[in-house]
Amino acid sequence: MSIEMTLQRAPDRPAQPSDVEIAARRDPRAEPTVVRIALITLAIGFLSVFVVLPLVVVFVEAFGKGISAYLSALADPEAWSAIRLTLGVAAVSVGTNLVFGLAAAWAIAKFDFPGKTVLITLIDLPFSVSPVISGLVFVLLFGAQGFFGPWLQSHGLQILFAFPGIALATVFVTFPFVARALIPLMQEQGTQEEEAAISLGASGLQTFFRVTLPNIKWGVLYGVLLCNARAMGEFGAVSVVSGHIRGETNTMPLLVEILYNEYQMVASFAIASLLAMLALITLVAKTILERNIDEDLPHDH
Amino acid sequence: MTIEARGVVKTFGTFKALDGVDLKVANGELLALLGPSGSGKTTLLRIIAGLEWPDAGEILFDGENALDRGARERHVGFVFQHYALFRHMSVFENVAFGLRVQPRRIRKSEAQIRARVKELLDLVQLDWLADRYPSQLSGGQRQRIALARALAIEPRILLLDEPFGALDAKVRKELRQWLRTLHHSINVTSIFVTHDQEEALEVAHRVVVMDKGRIEQVGSPNDVYDAPATAFVHGFIGESIMLPVEVSGGAVHLNGRPLDLAAPGDTAGASTLFVRRHDMVIGPADSGTLHGAIIHVRSFGPVQRAEIALTEGSTIEIDAPRDRELKIGDRIGLKPRHYRIFASG
Amino acid sequence: MSVLAPRRSTLPGFGLTMGLTLTWLSLIVLIPLAGLFVRSTELSLEQFWGIVTSRRTLSALKISFGLSFAAALVNLVMGTIVVWALVRYRFPGRRLFDAIVDVPFALPTAVAGVALTSLFAQKGWLGAPLAALGIKVAFTPLGIFIAMIFIGIPFVVRTVQPVLIDLDPEIEEAAASLGAGRWHIVTKVILPSLMPALLTGFALAFARAVGEYGSVIFIAGNLPNVSEIAPLLIVIRLSEFRYADATAIAVVMLVVAFVIIFAVNRLQRWAQAQASS
Repeated sequence: MSIEMTLQRAPDRPAQPSDVEIAARRDPRAEPTVVRIALITLAIGFLSVFVVLPLVVVFVEAFGKGISAYLSALADPEAWSAIRLTLGVAAVSVGTNLVFGLAAAWAIAKFDFPGKTVLITLIDLPFSVSPVISGLVFVLLFGAQGFFGPWLQSHGLQILFAFPGIALATVFVTFPFVARALIPLMQEQGTQEEEAAISLGASGLQTFFRVTLPNIKWGVLYGVLLCNARAMGEFGAVSVVSGHIRGETNTMPLLVEILYNEYQMVASFAIASLLAMLALITLVAKTILERNIDEDLPHDH
Repeated sequence: MTIEARGVVKTFGTFKALDGVDLKVANGELLALLGPSGSGKTTLLRIIAGLEWPDAGEILFDGENALDRGARERHVGFVFQHYALFRHMSVFENVAFGLRVQPRRIRKSEAQIRARVKELLDLVQLDWLADRYPSQLSGGQRQRIALARALAIEPRILLLDEPFGALDAKVRKELRQWLRTLHHSINVTSIFVTHDQEEALEVAHRVVVMDKGRIEQVGSPNDVYDAPATAFVHGFIGESIMLPVEVSGGAVHLNGRPLDLAAPGDTAGASTLFVRRHDMVIGPADSGTLHGAIIHVRSFGPVQRAEIALTEGSTIEIDAPRDRELKIGDRIGLKPRHYRIFASG
Repeated sequence: MSVLAPRRSTLPGFGLTMGLTLTWLSLIVLIPLAGLFVRSTELSLEQFWGIVTSRRTLSALKISFGLSFAAALVNLVMGTIVVWALVRYRFPGRRLFDAIVDVPFALPTAVAGVALTSLFAQKGWLGAPLAALGIKVAFTPLGIFIAMIFIGIPFVVRTVQPVLIDLDPEIEEAAASLGAGRWHIVTKVILPSLMPALLTGFALAFARAVGEYGSVIFIAGNLPNVSEIAPLLIVIRLSEFRYADATAIAVVMLVVAFVIIFAVNRLQRWAQAQASS
C-alpha cells in the first residue's frame, strides 16, 4: 500500500473524450444542466475557499508592506541561517533516501522473494506516523533521558537540538518517497532489458548505469522532487527535535512559526512565501515529470 | 557448438515447467521448440541461455558443463519475444552495446565497433535506421535489430524466443524466409521457440514438440507431420479427425461397430483414431469403412470441406479436392488412406 | 538472508541491495519506532491507563479523533463532488483546479497553518464576514476542523479519481437502457463501484488529520480540554520532560494509525478482488 504516493501521483489520465463523444452519449450518462452547474459551482467554491484563498493570502501578507519590506525580511541573518539549514537538511535526506530508494527498488522490483508486501508496507510506515511522533522517537533515543542519551553526553556528542537530529527526523519523514516512486515504475518495466544486457556480456554495474538508470531517470527525479519538497517543508518532526535555537537550529518552517508568534507578519509570511513558491514549483515539475514517466512505461505495440 | 540437456527439471511454485527433458542439438543446426503455451519451451530456452536455473539436470555446451557459468559468460545470443531493445538508446547503440561493455583489455576500438555495427546492420538490411530509436521502428524492424544486437557478440549459440510472435501475418512469412537464409549464412547453432506449427515446420531443420514440460517427439518436419509419435503430436500438428474407438485383439470398434482397420499390436481398450482430413477417401455409400451423410459443404482455396454425420454417431469434417462433386444429403462411404490409433490417456 | 534469497537469478545485486534496504530500514524506521514501544513498557499498566484516561489526554484524543472524523466526512462528500466535476464535466479552469487539489500535500504545513489562521482570524478575509454572523473560527475547535478539512482534500479526490475515470461507460448505458433514471444509476450503480475507493480515501484523510500538527496548531487556540489536539499535547509533555506521558499518548495514536493502515490494506485488496471478478 502507498498512503501518500499513490495519492500524490496524479492518476494516469487516458485521452479525455472529445466534446463530440460526450455529446453523443449525453443522454444516458449526463445529469440535468441545473445539477451539473450546481456541482461544478460547489467544487470550484470548495477548492477556492480551502485551497486558493490560503495560497493567495500568503503572498498578499508577504507583500502587504511593499517589496522593500519583503526583501529586507528575507535579508535578515536569521532568515539566511534558516535557509542554509533547510537546504543542508534537504540535501542530506535527499541524498540518503536516494541511495536507499534505488537499492530498495532494485531488490523489490527486480526479484521475487517471500515477504515482499510486508517489506513494502514497512517502507511506507513513516507516511502513517504523525510528524510529532516521528520527532518523539528520536528524542526517546538520543534525548538526555533517552536510550543513548547518557552515552552521547559522556562522549560530548550532540544529536538532539542540533543538525544531526534535525536531519535524522527529516530522513525518517521522507524515507519512503524515492522508493515509492521507483518500485511501481521498475516493476512495470520488468527485467527483460536487464536480462538482455547481461546476456550481451554487461556486468551488474554496467547494466544498472547504462540500462536501468536511463530508463528510470524521470522516476528518480520525481522521487527526489517530492522528497525534497517534504524535507524542506517538514514542521512537526523537526519542531520536536530542533530545540528552536535562534540562528542555529531553526529551519524555514520553524522560523515561520517563531516570527508569526512574535507578530512579525511580513517576515513570517515572507519566509512562508518562499516555501509556498517551492510547493508551486514542485507541483508544476511534478506534472511535467508524470508525463515523462508515462512515456517510460512499457507500452504494448 | 553442440548443446545437450540432460534430465532438466524446473518448477515454479507448484507448476512443473520442465519435467525431465533430454535433448541433443547438433552443431550448426536450426532447431524449433514447438508446443502450446505452458509446455515449457520458453523455460528450456531461458535455461540454456542462463536466464533461469534448473532444479535438477545438466546443460552441456560442446560436452562442457554450462551451468557453472552465468548468462554473462555463456556467450549466447538471445532474442527476446518482445525484443527487449534498450528504449533510450539509438538502434546503433543497441547493436553496439555488447561490444562496448566488453572488458577493456579485449574491447575493440571505436572505429572497429562502428565498422562491426555497420556490418551487422547491413546484414539485417537496416543500416539506414542506425540513428532511430526503438519506439520509431515497426515490429519487424525491431525484431531484426534485436537479432543484430544478439549477433554483435559473435555468439556461439543463437536463441530466439517466439521470434515472430508479435508480428502480423504478412511480416511473419517474410521473416521466416529471411531467418532461414540468415542462419545459412552465419551457420551458428540456433534454437527458436514457437507455438506456430507452420513456422516450425517451414523454418527448422528439426522440430522438438513439447507438451506439459516433456518432449513428445523430436524429428524432421516430415517426421513429426507424417509419423506423429504420440496422440498429442498428431492432434497438435496438422488438422486431424479424432474418433473415440475401442480396440480389442487388434480389432477396432466405433460405437460397437467393427471398422475395417488394424490397430497396432500393443494398443488395447479405449483409444483414439486419428486421420488427417485430406486422408479420407470418399466413395459410394456402400464402400469404405465409415458411412454417413453430407450435412454441410463449404469451399475455400484449393479444397472444399464437408461436414459428415456418421451413422456410427459422430460428426466429422473432411477435406476433398474442389473438383469432387459433393451435395448436401448425399450418402457416402469413407476410407482413411493413412491413419493412426493411440491408446487414450 | 537465506529465507529471503530468491531462486538463483540472472540479475546481480540482490544480496547487496536487500542488505542495504533492511539495514537502513531498521536503523531509520524500525528501531526508532520499536524504541517507542519499549519505552512504553517501562510504564505499569495502571500508570499507562492513568495517563491515557486523564482528563486532559482524553479531551485531546477526543478532539483529535472526533474532529478528524468529522473533517474526513466533509472531505468524503466534497471530495466526491470535486472528483465528479473534474472527471465528468468540462469547464474553464478544470485542469488548473485539478492541479490545485494537490496543494495541501505540497504546501508545508506551517505555511498552511499561518495562512488559514490569517484567513479565518477575526479581521481576516473570511473571518470578518463570519464574525459578523456571530461565527468564530480561529482559535476555536471550528478552526481545527477547518485545518483538518484542508489537509484531507487530496485523499478522497486522488483515490477516487482513477476509479471513476476507468469506470466502464457501458455499465451506465446498460442501466439506462434497462430504464433506470439518472438518480437511480448514480446511487445504485456508480456509487457502489466507487465505494472501496471512497472508503480508502476517507480512511487516509482521517489518519492524516489525526496525526496532523503544523497546519492545526496556529488556528487551534490550544486551550487545554477545549482546543488542544493530541499531537500538541505530546509536544507539551516533551517540553515539560514528562516523557512517559508523551510516550503513552504516542503509543495510542500509533496503534490507531496502524489499525487504519491495516484496514486500508484490506480495503484495497478487497477492491482489487472486486475489480478482477
